Amino acid sequence: MADLTTNFIGIKSPNPFWLASAPPTDKEYNVRRAYEAGWGGVVWKTLGSEGPPVVNVNGPRYGAIWGADRRLLGLNNIELITDRPLEVNLREIKQVKRDYPDRALVISLMVPCDEESWRAILKAIEDTGADGVELNFGCPHGMSERGMGSAVGQVPEYIEMVTRWVKQHSRMPCIVKLTPNITDVRKPAEAAKRGGADAVSLINTINSITSVNLDSFAPEPTIDGKGAHGGYCGPAVKPIALSMVSEIARNPETRGLPISGIGGVTTWRDAAEFMALGAGTVQVCTAAMTYGFKVVQEMISGLSQYLDEHQMSVGDLVGRAVPNVTDWNQLNLNYVTKAQIDQDLCIKCGRCYAACEDTSHQAIAMSDDRTFTVKDEDCVACNLCIDVCPVESCITMRQLGKGEVDPRTGKTVGDYANWTTHPNNPMAQAAE
Amino acid sequence: MTNSPLTPGIVAGRLGAEALAGNFADIAPRFDAHEARVAADRCYFCHDAPCMTACPTTIDIPLFIRQIATGTPEAAAKTIFSQNILGGMCARVCPTEQLCEEVCVREVAEGKPVEIGRLQRFATDSLMAAGVHPFARAKPTGKRVAVVGAGPAGLSAAHRLAMKGHEVVIYDPRPKAGGLNEYGIASYKAPGDFAADEVAWLMKIGGIRVEHGKALGSGLTLDGLRKDHDAVVLAVGLAGVNALRAEGEALDNVLNAVDFIAGLRQAADKAALRIGRDVVVIGGGMTAVDAAVQSKLLGAENVTIVYRRGQERMSASAHEQDHAASAGVRILHNAAPVRVHGNGAAQEVEFAYTEDGPGGLTLKGETFRLKADQVMKAIGQVLDGAPEGLRIEGGKIAVTGAGRTSVPGVWAAGDCASGGEDLTVTAVAEGRDAAEDIHASLMGQAG
Repeated sequence: MADLTTNFIGIKSPNPFWLASAPPTDKEYNVRRAYEAGWGGVVWKTLGSEGPPVVNVNGPRYGAIWGADRRLLGLNNIELITDRPLEVNLREIKQVKRDYPDRALVISLMVPCDEESWRAILKAIEDTGADGVELNFGCPHGMSERGMGSAVGQVPEYIEMVTRWVKQHSRMPCIVKLTPNITDVRKPAEAAKRGGADAVSLINTINSITSVNLDSFAPEPTIDGKGAHGGYCGPAVKPIALSMVSEIARNPETRGLPISGIGGVTTWRDAAEFMALGAGTVQVCTAAMTYGFKVVQEMISGLSQYLDEHQMSVGDLVGRAVPNVTDWNQLNLNYVTKAQIDQDLCIKCGRCYAACEDTSHQAIAMSDDRTFTVKDEDCVACNLCIDVCPVESCITMRQLGKGEVDPRTGKTVGDYANWTTHPNNPMAQAAE
Repeated sequence: MTNSPLTPGIVAGRLGAEALAGNFADIAPRFDAHEARVAADRCYFCHDAPCMTACPTTIDIPLFIRQIATGTPEAAAKTIFSQNILGGMCARVCPTEQLCEEVCVREVAEGKPVEIGRLQRFATDSLMAAGVHPFARAKPTGKRVAVVGAGPAGLSAAHRLAMKGHEVVIYDPRPKAGGLNEYGIASYKAPGDFAADEVAWLMKIGGIRVEHGKALGSGLTLDGLRKDHDAVVLAVGLAGVNALRAEGEALDNVLNAVDFIAGLRQAADKAALRIGRDVVVIGGGMTAVDAAVQSKLLGAENVTIVYRRGQERMSASAHEQDHAASAGVRILHNAAPVRVHGNGAAQEVEFAYTEDGPGGLTLKGETFRLKADQVMKAIGQVLDGAPEGLRIEGGKIAVTGAGRTSVPGVWAAGDCASGGEDLTVTAVAEGRDAAEDIHASLMGQAG
C-alpha cells in the first residue's frame, strides 16, 4: 500500500484528503467523526471576529441539481461562516487537535478588512494548537455584501494587504483561499504570493442560482418568496476548478506555489487529477455532504492502488501533468486523427449519426441495416461522436502516421507545427 | 365447508378472498414518478429509433420517453395517443418483448431493454387519470360512417373518424364496448374496469354513438349499412372458435378458452367462479396461456397446456411461457388430443405424441392420458358469418391498401381483415389507417 503521507507547507497529514472549510467542519462532533472515518485533515469552518456571531437563514440553505436517479451533481449554498460563538469554536478546536495530533487541522478565518481585526483573531487562535490558517477570500454570498469573503478575493491589492498582515502577526503557515468569481485567477494568486502566502487553495464556490421555481417565480433555494445567489460546488464544478488550478500551477509568477485543490472532488480519481495538475492536497465537501464521511475510505484505497500500480509516490504525482498544459497556439496542427467505430461494440443507437449529421461535419454514414461508418474524407476528428456514444470505447480515434495522407485535406501528415507558424496566421513567424 | 385446490370436481372458492385478490391484482403495477424518470433516463433517444419502427402504430417512443424524463407525462401521453388512441390498453397487453422492447438497442446490447411498455402506461395513466381528452373534433362534415364491432380496430377507426368530423355509429352484439379488451384479456393485465374506463374516455371525442345488440346477420345487413352510411368499417374480429376434431368434444365441461376468459373478466366475485381440480388447456397461443394461468390463479391444482408442436412453434411469447411456468402451469409439447373420455362430462383427455416432420404433423402410435375436470380449447379463432359478396382470403376478409375490401365503400380492420398479426396494437393501427383512408376518400368526393 502506497504511502499517502503528506507534508503540505509543513503541515503533516496521513493522507492528502482534507475536509474543506464548510458545514461538515463546523463542530467538534463532526470533525471527530471525520477523523475517525479516516480524513487526513480538516479545515475548520470559517471563524469570524469575537462578538455576536453571524446568523443564518432559517429556511433552506441548499439547492441542488441532479442527474439520473437523483444523483447529486451540483450543490449550492447560502450558509454563512460559523454562527457559533468564537470561544466555543476555539475550545473545541484545541480539544480536537490535542486528541488527534497526527491529523492536519487548519482554521479558516474571515474578519473585516482592517489590520486590527486580523491581529485580534490571529491572537485569539494562537494557542489552539492548530497547524495553520486559511484566509477565506472566497465565499460569494452574504459575507461578500459586508466587504468580506469574495469581496476581498476579487481585489488583488486587498489580498496582498491582508495576507501581509497575517504573515506579520502570526507564525502559522498561511493558505489563501481564492474565489473563482473573477476573470483571471492568476492575478489573485500572484497577489497572495506577493503578500507572503505559503499556499493557495481553490476554488471556493461559484456564484449560482440552481433553479427557478416556475410556480412562484422565485430562485431556489427560496426564503419566503425570495432567493439570493449562493455558492455552487460539487461534481459539476470540477472542470472549472481543474482549469484554474492548472493556470496557477503553470503561471511563471506563481509556479511552485503550493496548491490545495478544491472543487467537486468525489472519488480518488478526481483527487489524483487535481494532484497531477499541481495540488499537494485536496479538499472535499460536497462528496462528504452527499455520502457521509466514509467516502474517504474509497479515496484512500483508490489513490493507493493507483500509485502502487504505477510505481509512483505522492510526490511523483503532484504536478506531473502541468508541463502538458499549454496554450492553444502550441497544439500540433499536424496531429491528425480519424474516428473509427468498432462494429462489434456498436449497439446501433445512431446517436453519433444524429450528432454528426445535424450538428457537425456529416462524416458518419448510416446504411439501411443501421451500420454506422465514419467517412474519413469528412471527419475532422472533433470527438463529438465519442462523447455522445453510450458505449465506452466503441468509437475511438486513430492517429494517422507521419507520411499518411489525410483524405479530408489531401495533405500528407508532417512534423509538429502549430498556429504560430501556420501560413493562415497573419501573425505567423517564420519557422526557425 | 371451504374448498381447496384438492377438492375433487369443479367447485368455486378453492382459494380465500385474500389469495384471489392477490392473484388477480395488477401484474405490473404502474411506475411511480421516480421509477418512471429512472427508467426513462435509460433511453438513448436513438436516431430513427428501431423501437418506433417495430411498433405497429409507429408511436414516437424516444420522444414520449423524453417527455416523461422532463416531467411532462401528459405531453408524452398525447404523443402516444396521436398514433394509438388505445395506447393505455396497449401499454398493458402489447407483447412488447416481441415488438418495441425486442429491438431496443439496450436489449440487443445488454439484454435489458428500456421498459417502454411500463413507461407508456405511466404516461397514458397520467393523462387518463386527469380525465383529460387531448383531442378535439373537427367541424362536422355531414358524413356518416358505420363501424361494425366495438373492439380495438372499431374503436380506433371510430375515434379517428369522429375526430375528422364524421358522424359515427358503432354496432356491437355485446352489452359492453371494448371487444377483446373487455372480454378477452387476462384479468390481471387490465384490472379494475380499465377497458370500460378507456372506452368512456375515448368517447369524449364526441360524435360516436354505440348501438349494442346488433351484428351482421342479427339486425344488420351489409347492404343496409351501405345504404344508410357513406362508408362502412367491418371490425368484427374472429368470433368463431376452431374445433378440436377429437372424439368426445361434445362432452360437458369441454369449453372454449375465450368464453372462460370472458366469464372471468366479467365476474364481480372471483370466489364464485367454478374451476376444476385438473384443467387441461389445448393450444399454444396467448389465449391458452391466459386461460391456463387464470385457472391456476383460481386455485386449480393441476393445469396443463398441451401443444401439438414443439416449443419453438408456440405463438405465445417466451415471456408469456415463462409467466405460465412461474404460475405453476405445466406446458407439454408435441402432443395432440385424440379423444376426450368421460361419461356425460369430461374426465380425461387422451393425447397422441406427434412428430413435426417435413411432410407435416403426424401422430405417433403412443398415447397418454391427462385427468381433466375441464378441457379448454384455445386452438385459434376464425372469421364467423362474414357477409356475402366480400372476397375472403385465407379465412379472412381480403383487403388491399388501408383496409379496402372488394366491395366499394366497405373497409375492414383488425383480426377479421387479411394481413397483419392478430394483436390489439395491430388492430388499432389498421382501424386508424382505414379511418384516414375513408376520410381522404369521402372528402375527396366532396371536393
